[in-house]
Amino acid sequence: MFGRLTLDALPHDPVTIGGVAGGTVGLLIIIAAMTYFKKWGWLWREWLTSLDPKKIGVMYIVVAVIMLLRGLADVAMLRAQQAIFATSPNSPISPDLFQQVFSAHGTIMIFFVAMGVIFGLINLIVPLQIGARDVAFPLLNSISFWLFVAGMVLMNVSLGLGEFSAAGWLAYPPLSELAYSPGTGVDYWIWSLQIAGVGSLLSGVNFLITIFLMRRKGMTLMKMPIFVWSVVTSMVLVIFAFPILTATLAMLGLDRLLGMHFFTADMGGNPMMYVNLIWAWGHPEVYILVLPAFGVFSEIVPVFSRKKLFGYTSMVLALIAIMILSFTVWLHHFFTMGAGANVNAFFGIMTMVIAVPTGVKVFNWIFTMFRGRVSFQTPMLWFMAFVATFTIGGVTGVLMAVPGIDFVVHNSLFLVAHFHNMIIGGVLFGAFAAYAYWFPKFTGFRLHEGLGKVAFWCWLVGFLVAFLPLYALGFMGAVRRMDHYDASLGWQGLFIAAGVGVLIILLGVFFQVVQLAYSVWKRKELAVGPDPWGGRTLEWATSTPIAEYNFATLDAVHDRDAYWTVKKAHEKLSAQYYDIHVPNNSGYGALIGAAALGVGFALIWHIWWLAGVSMIALIALVISSTQRTDVEHVITAREVALTEKRLRGKRA
Amino acid sequence: MKSWHAVVAIILLPIIIGLAVFAYASTQHVPVFDPQGSVGAHEKDLILFTLALSTVVVIPVFLMLGIFAWRYRDTNHKAAYTPDAEGNRWLELLWWGIPIAIIAVLSVVTWVSTHALDPNKPLESTVKPLNVQVVALQWRWLFIYPEQRIASVNELVIPAGTPVNFRITADGPMSALWIPSLGTQVYAMTGMSSKLSLIADHTGTFRGSNSNISGTGYSDMYFNVKALPSRQDFDSWVKAFNDRPKHEHLDLDQYLTFAKPTHDKSVQYLHLHDVSLYDEIVSKYAHSDSGHHSSKHEGHEE
Amino acid sequence: MKDAVEEKFLFNKTTIGFWLYLMTDCILFASLFATFAVLRHATAGGPSGSQIFEMPLVMAETIILLTSSFTCGLALVALKARKITQMVVALASTYILGAAFLTIEISEFAKLIGEGNGPAHSAFLSAFFTLVGTHGLHIFMGLLWLLVLVAMLMRRGITSKWVRQMTLFALFWHFLDLVWIFIFTVVYLMGVAK
Repeated sequence: MFGRLTLDALPHDPVTIGGVAGGTVGLLIIIAAMTYFKKWGWLWREWLTSLDPKKIGVMYIVVAVIMLLRGLADVAMLRAQQAIFATSPNSPISPDLFQQVFSAHGTIMIFFVAMGVIFGLINLIVPLQIGARDVAFPLLNSISFWLFVAGMVLMNVSLGLGEFSAAGWLAYPPLSELAYSPGTGVDYWIWSLQIAGVGSLLSGVNFLITIFLMRRKGMTLMKMPIFVWSVVTSMVLVIFAFPILTATLAMLGLDRLLGMHFFTADMGGNPMMYVNLIWAWGHPEVYILVLPAFGVFSEIVPVFSRKKLFGYTSMVLALIAIMILSFTVWLHHFFTMGAGANVNAFFGIMTMVIAVPTGVKVFNWIFTMFRGRVSFQTPMLWFMAFVATFTIGGVTGVLMAVPGIDFVVHNSLFLVAHFHNMIIGGVLFGAFAAYAYWFPKFTGFRLHEGLGKVAFWCWLVGFLVAFLPLYALGFMGAVRRMDHYDASLGWQGLFIAAGVGVLIILLGVFFQVVQLAYSVWKRKELAVGPDPWGGRTLEWATSTPIAEYNFATLDAVHDRDAYWTVKKAHEKLSAQYYDIHVPNNSGYGALIGAAALGVGFALIWHIWWLAGVSMIALIALVISSTQRTDVEHVITAREVALTEKRLRGKRA
Repeated sequence: MKSWHAVVAIILLPIIIGLAVFAYASTQHVPVFDPQGSVGAHEKDLILFTLALSTVVVIPVFLMLGIFAWRYRDTNHKAAYTPDAEGNRWLELLWWGIPIAIIAVLSVVTWVSTHALDPNKPLESTVKPLNVQVVALQWRWLFIYPEQRIASVNELVIPAGTPVNFRITADGPMSALWIPSLGTQVYAMTGMSSKLSLIADHTGTFRGSNSNISGTGYSDMYFNVKALPSRQDFDSWVKAFNDRPKHEHLDLDQYLTFAKPTHDKSVQYLHLHDVSLYDEIVSKYAHSDSGHHSSKHEGHEE
Repeated sequence: MKDAVEEKFLFNKTTIGFWLYLMTDCILFASLFATFAVLRHATAGGPSGSQIFEMPLVMAETIILLTSSFTCGLALVALKARKITQMVVALASTYILGAAFLTIEISEFAKLIGEGNGPAHSAFLSAFFTLVGTHGLHIFMGLLWLLVLVAMLMRRGITSKWVRQMTLFALFWHFLDLVWIFIFTVVYLMGVAK
């Protein structure tokens, strides 16, 4: 009846029990509060079923933030273990738990934090920047989001039922095969990523079509805001890379589910094929995350320098160059797998070539400040910190691109330091900059600047203290993913430093939470108009809060900095309103997500009847969702006029 | 805090914290920067060369970031202000050009060094190399000296000054053999035999470990490499061991029990009965067919 | 007038979106093809392609699927000419041929599994079953889609939405044909050639 799901699946060790108990209590409190305040209907109507990309974007980010907190809790455990308990025989964290935790940390941070933040940002900003009222396929967008949520839920169920993968965030076989990982952990990993991955793939299609077909009249490709360009390149990578992930996970899943032999050690299976496939997805994935972050900085630097972006064309070319090159370097993740010198040298050189367009971007950002008027509000501080840290990451990246150097630092903590340098310094700092920059657009008030700066300094110092020691540890021979080591090696001092760094980062997170709470509390004092920074692109032309339809009128665009030119010329927006079609809410996204969750859960626990039922439900829901008739409703020109008066009248 | 304080702090913090880490680390043993063999020495030089080359970009970036941010701060009304400047073709050509030139230099270095350091290629030496076969197990290392008929567990004895030609495989999850003091690491995989050639130029004891996660005993998969002063010392060590009563043997049957997962970290020395044991371990995963797997056995396809 | 413009716009969006989807599907198949190419000789002591493929059946499958693509094209021609009866006949033929293809494929699979040559028997067989099976799964989805199209037709007649869906279905079906040609060549022809 319940497949291999028995009472044994409940957690045994005190650390996990604590985590699960804490999570459950938190969830129950939220549920109780929601029920008490009778907010379920509101939540369902206003948020969960909404097809408005602005709301879907917010929901992505809420999920990502919750996952960020879990990922940070995970890493606090890891570093505590390595700094304090690693040299003692009695550690509260067993090797198995330690391995589950770092596998979960990597998986969560990449798939459910970084991807969530990026897709959230794209949902919020792209339609506004291209001057559109919606995305190409609103329901599909909601389905993508709910598949992301289903993957996230499934991954977190592993805390309380069964176990999570202990095979690292990319689950190399044969370790991840049945022979060495017979439990449910790797299955959780496979199916939560598979479900979330399909969601990402659909989003990729959706946003490419949105950008290519729904731009405002007059906005040619070379007049698009640079953030939109970065999203184009990122989404092209999604479309090319994610099918490879889907196929690879499916094959590993078939190995485990039906005893096939794609990547097993025996019966002709070829684990190296998996390593190739997973990195053919995995390397582009890094750029899927970091290119939009580049886009964010390319928006922020001109606005805070009050000057046009330096070398727009170069920036676009650099994005495209990175996009193409990112598919030609995957082998640098395994130079030490014994490929010949020609192959290694080729992939090493291709990897270094990526440094060229990336370097061009850095120089262009810096020269955007040249002869500008630079103001150092938090978004700009994040930019400065990004350049400083990303440059260090770039150098260590070029180091490892030389196969001869990689040979002696691969899989050491040097590698760990390098990619955290890129992902925290690049993606996360970009996300924080975007958060400070666009927050007032969607809420009508700014985040408190002083607290934001405190959080910023904590993050920057914490990041440097947490990761620079890891470079040294790598040179000292410390490998990654190690839960204990001998005290005589002299590593503990640097591990303690790294642990302190994590604490400082956590302090930064604490100040971010305080900043948000305080800003909401003081929102009257912090209130700002629709264009607080002197924005250059179309999102700042909307009212704040932004109307459901984004733009009342669709005036043609003449220039790259579309809104800047309008403001400079004191042009008036047209006031001739027409009826506007907006999509109706739909519960299909949530239902399809639930069905996918059912399929995933059933396949993990071998509950075949549930798998069948969920699969049929999933197919039926998809078919039925294509047959909707009440797709959209009309906001009449009169209503638009009234709304505009209400939203803009206040602060004319 | 004035804005320029922030600018200076952002640029100085990585440098200060980096120097602090550097200062601390230099009081500790850093094997990658203290190589004990020619392979590691070559790799250390490569690291230093690449770092030096990258300063050509890094220093201007840090300087310009700081100077521009400070000079063009919004409170400085004396500085020039060109809000509509869109770029400058020559400047942009310059920073497409400079990185391309640097990468071109580095590419040549990469091409040459990658071939020189190719682990598939035995080290050139006038000294007859020592052959060692390595099997990564869950969770210990088995070293086989086929010519000396010795098998050792979790400890490797080699002569200094003699190239050691390793053949490396796994009988379990993928692992990787890494001896930081000596240089290059290589993955160990079932059904395959990776090659690696290292040399210790000095006497000493060096730590080696597994650098690829392979299950719960992964962190315990470290071992010592003992480099004896000379080939003669090594030969007499071999002779002394072989003269001892042969109580502990290793052949295929015993190996099958021996290879079961264990957290036993002890060092053992065994008499090797079955000289072809290593090949049997490799081929037991490759009992396919048609000869197409020959490439899988020995090295890898180019 | 405005509606017509918007309709055309929507049509483009959906069609181009579908093309993009097909491209992602291409990459999915490419990954499976690549894996098959790597594992085709990894028979682990089990049978190779030439020992288990029944070429007459495979030829029959190929001809059936090509014909179904042809009838699908005919349905589109009939739709353009508004010859509804002909279109329905052509669609019915497409369905029957597709179902026949799937039946042969499933019986081929069942026979192999019955003989002990199931997908768990060797890496080669895993890759074979998965590649061919993924195509089969797509055919199954296509047949399901065709049923939905017929149901839509019976409920609401020929609407612009229906025409769009029908066009996309035809695109999908031809795409599957193309994939099959590759499977036929790479898996079967090259499999027995060795």
